[in-house]
Amino acid sequence: MSPSPFKPVRSVFRAIATAVVPEAIQLDEKAWIELEQIIGAALEAKPSGLRRQLTLFIRALEVLPIFRYGRTFQALDPSRRNAFLLGIQDAPVLLLRRGFWGLRTLIFMGYYGREEGRSETGYRADPRGWEAPR
Amino acid sequence: MIEKHYDVVIVGSGAGGGTVAEELGELARAGKKVLVLEKGPRFTDDEFDGHELSMAPALYADEGGFLTAEGTMTLAFGSAYGGSTVVYTGTSMQPPERIIRRWGVPGLDFSDLASRAEKYAAENGVHLLPHALLNENNLLFVEGCEKAGYKAEQFPINVRGCRGSSLCNLGCPNAAKQGTHRVQLPAAERAGVEVVTRAEAIRIEERALLVRVQEKKPCAKGLPSEWAPGEYRIRAGAMVLAGSAIGTPALLLRSELPGISKRVGEGFTCHPAHILAAEHSRAITNDVGHPKSFFLDRSEEEGFLLETCMYFPFTTAKNLAGFGAPHSQLMHAFPRLQMILVLACDKAVPGNRITVDRAGKPVVHYRFTPSVIASLIAATRTSARIFFAAGAVRVHAPSADPPLLENSEISGIDERIHERHFKEGKISVSAAHLMGGCGMGSDLSDSVTDSYGRVHGIPWLRVADASLFPDSLEINPYLTIMALAGRVAGKMLEERPWQ
Repeated sequence: MSPSPFKPVRSVFRAIATAVVPEAIQLDEKAWIELEQIIGAALEAKPSGLRRQLTLFIRALEVLPIFRYGRTFQALDPSRRNAFLLGIQDAPVLLLRRGFWGLRTLIFMGYYGREEGRSETGYRADPRGWEAPR
Repeated sequence: MIEKHYDVVIVGSGAGGGTVAEELGELARAGKKVLVLEKGPRFTDDEFDGHELSMAPALYADEGGFLTAEGTMTLAFGSAYGGSTVVYTGTSMQPPERIIRRWGVPGLDFSDLASRAEKYAAENGVHLLPHALLNENNLLFVEGCEKAGYKAEQFPINVRGCRGSSLCNLGCPNAAKQGTHRVQLPAAERAGVEVVTRAEAIRIEERALLVRVQEKKPCAKGLPSEWAPGEYRIRAGAMVLAGSAIGTPALLLRSELPGISKRVGEGFTCHPAHILAAEHSRAITNDVGHPKSFFLDRSEEEGFLLETCMYFPFTTAKNLAGFGAPHSQLMHAFPRLQMILVLACDKAVPGNRITVDRAGKPVVHYRFTPSVIASLIAATRTSARIFFAAGAVRVHAPSADPPLLENSEISGIDERIHERHFKEGKISVSAAHLMGGCGMGSDLSDSVTDSYGRVHGIPWLRVADASLFPDSLEINPYLTIMALAGRVAGKMLEERPWQ
């Protein structure tokens, strides 16, 4: 199994992930570890610089709300977390938009890459196609 | 370094390389040594498990998310025995006469290309799926088009015994899709052509190729390479490059061959695309049945194509705009979702090109021109009208802010879906029709090859893949690639450049 790439920023990562996929609030520790391992496996093949950038970006997302709300990301209530991330998603600086797009993509990979996350959506594709029981 | 000798080496085993391999099978039967090198692995049939997170890393370069230098678009291309023909939906369109004529490549005769395409269509079992096998995701598109005043057309596809798994883009789990991995490459191997997988072409020298064969990683899918891991120098009488519109220009740029055209890497196009989703009030058949059975061609009038599609949960999630509760609600409506892929018919423009970085890895530079953005917006507006005409209750449009449109907003589609919301880095744009980089033309000044893929100034070197396209094809490209590759191989058999 791949190690979690988010160990140094685990609590803020999980706070962001919960804002991106609200259902993630219901995940237990085992499910969180699975989610993080899926992301870790995908990042293993990437240059180590990318993992460092990701950690740095998550740290930035934790402290940037201080300038707007006077609190870190984790100290914000859910509606302010949402408003802050919407602002990052729409930021005038391409680097911020790209960074958030990349992070949300990884969160979706971890969440919907799990069997439970997939089946929650109602997705039922089966190699047997039309012959599969539905 | 181990040295080997062949008469002909083909780099790549997809629509281009696989086709050349089959055509040169007669050389192998006559005792000549023909080798195909494929960067990706060879899979056994039981390895196609239909799971997004296990198949995408195994079958695609960068898991299907190869980022452009600007970081604003991802590119999907296969890396396997059979190349991208393993992971496409089998859509097999004849070369469009309007585009081939517009390309104006001296010596490229449309009727020759069309007859070659027909030959491969027959060989690979291309046909229209019967109505009974079409799912509601596709039929609602047809109905929506009719009600909105358009005429959808059915895609001819190359399947034999399709069970409707809907998993084409993860490699057919039922061996139904007739890519080069099912037809051309096995035929070539039966004729005596050698295929070596996990073999990456590093650099071309004078009638030689440096190759690195990779070891299979523990627990990775796919068979080990046919050769021992390590570095090889392969001496070849002639060489055919068919490593894709990214791989072929990158290999040529790394090689710095004397006398080659300075246009290598230029003219890259890719049909930039969005995935759109709409929610119906009832469940529809969408994750069963062939996913891409119909299209609407507005390339000539408005510069876009619409194609039916159906993707997997993670791919869908990353392509929907936004996050949080509205995104989750749409994801949890999966059984009620209808999807359309919108593709812009981009044009070759200066700056959109392939280069290599200091390590020799390919870098794709791509900026969205105003006309591409306008095409994506027009395509999204038309798709929204088609969705609503088909009965959708809400439509997800990435270039609307907020991205969800209710059916009560139908009169405001043009205002809600607008260029001002097309924000690079915020909206997911992806592409899988990668073209250009070694365009055909007259001479060194305007092109890399001639109409037979002969690299200007290097008689033993040919190109036979989508990098030959001097501009975008404006329709799904595989059959055209095969036709061009067949033409390249035919000319080689006439000229015998390995001698």
